[in-house]
Amino acid sequence: MAALKRKHAPWWQPLAPWALPLALLLGWQVASQAGWLSSRILPEPWAVAKAFWTLSESGELWLHLKVSIWRAGLGFAIGGGLGLLLGLLTGSWRHAETLLDTTLQMIRNIPALALIPLVILWFGIDETAKLFLLAVGVFFPIYLNTFHGIRSADQGLIEMAKSYGLSGWPLYRDVILPAAMPSILVGVRFSLGLVWVLLIVAETISAQAGIGYMTMNAREFLQTDVVLVGILLYALLGKLADLFSRQLERRCLRWNPAYR
Amino acid sequence: MLLAPIQIESDYLSHFVQDAPSSRPTPEPAAPPKARSGVPLALANLSKSYDERRVLKDVQLHLDAGEFVAIVGRSGCGKSTLLRSIAGLESVDEGSVKVGSGTLAPEVRIMFQEARLLPWKSVLDNVALGLPRAKGAAAAALWTVGLAERADDWPAALSGGQKQRVALARALVHEPQLLLLDEPLGALDALTRIEMQQLIESLWQARGFTAVLVTHDVAEAVALADRVLLIEDGEITLDQAVDLPRPRQRGSAEFAALEQSILQRVLRPAR
Repeated sequence: MAALKRKHAPWWQPLAPWALPLALLLGWQVASQAGWLSSRILPEPWAVAKAFWTLSESGELWLHLKVSIWRAGLGFAIGGGLGLLLGLLTGSWRHAETLLDTTLQMIRNIPALALIPLVILWFGIDETAKLFLLAVGVFFPIYLNTFHGIRSADQGLIEMAKSYGLSGWPLYRDVILPAAMPSILVGVRFSLGLVWVLLIVAETISAQAGIGYMTMNAREFLQTDVVLVGILLYALLGKLADLFSRQLERRCLRWNPAYR
Repeated sequence: MLLAPIQIESDYLSHFVQDAPSSRPTPEPAAPPKARSGVPLALANLSKSYDERRVLKDVQLHLDAGEFVAIVGRSGCGKSTLLRSIAGLESVDEGSVKVGSGTLAPEVRIMFQEARLLPWKSVLDNVALGLPRAKGAAAAALWTVGLAERADDWPAALSGGQKQRVALARALVHEPQLLLLDEPLGALDALTRIEMQQLIESLWQARGFTAVLVTHDVAEAVALADRVLLIEDGEITLDQAVDLPRPRQRGSAEFAALEQSILQRVLRPAR
């Protein structure tokens, strides 16, 4: 009933989700200034903001940010692309499923991070090792959801489309793929969240640049403010990735009332 | 498909549907003959089993071109399987299905119990499914079913009856010579249902296609069909001609008597 009465959202509506983070920030600043928090444990927000400013002015921050985003993007593209491709393959073609699925399911149960020692031995501590970790981690959510999406496509719709003369690629493009899309996008969203978690770990393997490197470096020198800048950047990037996947869902699934 | 816009002009019923979908169109005595009308249908010794269970037993059936036949029966009697076999959606174990008499493959379209619209395509694109270059004909077909102004909507925005009307338009774009209806009105409310029956009847009269309607509603069968068939346990056990003049008055005594006698036959306990 309330939803019916509301004609226009009040002006503060878009800001409401930010109220809690802002309140926390304020409480934190007050606590630091009152001396309840030691700056070695948690520096005041103002110090974090200053660290942010110094880092961004020197250009150091942007360098690290660029490297991290590039890594995440590339890892996501490789792992996600392969996951999509193989998911489509095993989902649409029984023989491919028989051949590949058991193997993939076994590999899936190995945590990507457990591979670190092996990955270092294989690829050294180079960029390849980091991308490999990201790609492996991102691969499975997209693979599984694509496979599931294709398999759970409405058989009634497929039958109808076939009886209207659709087959081959048009059937795939117009019916099977759009039917799998909601599921595929769930995989994308999950992967986009996961990619940042994996990135943090990957960047601690002796990186030369990146937010993870910056944070680890700052820890060595007890620069808690810079550590916090790094952590907050991860939070922000995660939020941005989530926003991106939401936009993607809204665009690709605008036919679905649940996503409007 | 270029035929369609021309065809539509002689679709006299469109005007009624467009303006007053809820009122019964006063039919003109003779619908103009169609360039491409119905085809005969012949089923010979049709049998089908699922595992050990025989769903169709030696079904013999002949339909004249342009005939409207309704198939009634209890659920699970095999009537849907029969229709799906005619549509080629089920393989048959024995016997043959012959649609049309010439060598040319006739246009056969089926309407399902659910509308089965693609939710990610606009109403217009759904109607034009399989005929991407026939947007004009699709728009004309939408107009015929009275939904021209909903062309750009998503199917999710339509009511159940509207969805079935779109499904009907989708079948009509193909200029079907044999239209198979698998309980397409089963899930609609009583009023929408009568409206759809009238729409289907008037389109059938205008276009002259052969129609096979599977339904569990005996009144619907009597209202629409030239012949009502009863299927029991995979066999046709009743072939009742309906000679009532069209448009049929549901309230009339003959209508009620016929409906009653068929209904009683359907409800008679199985041997």
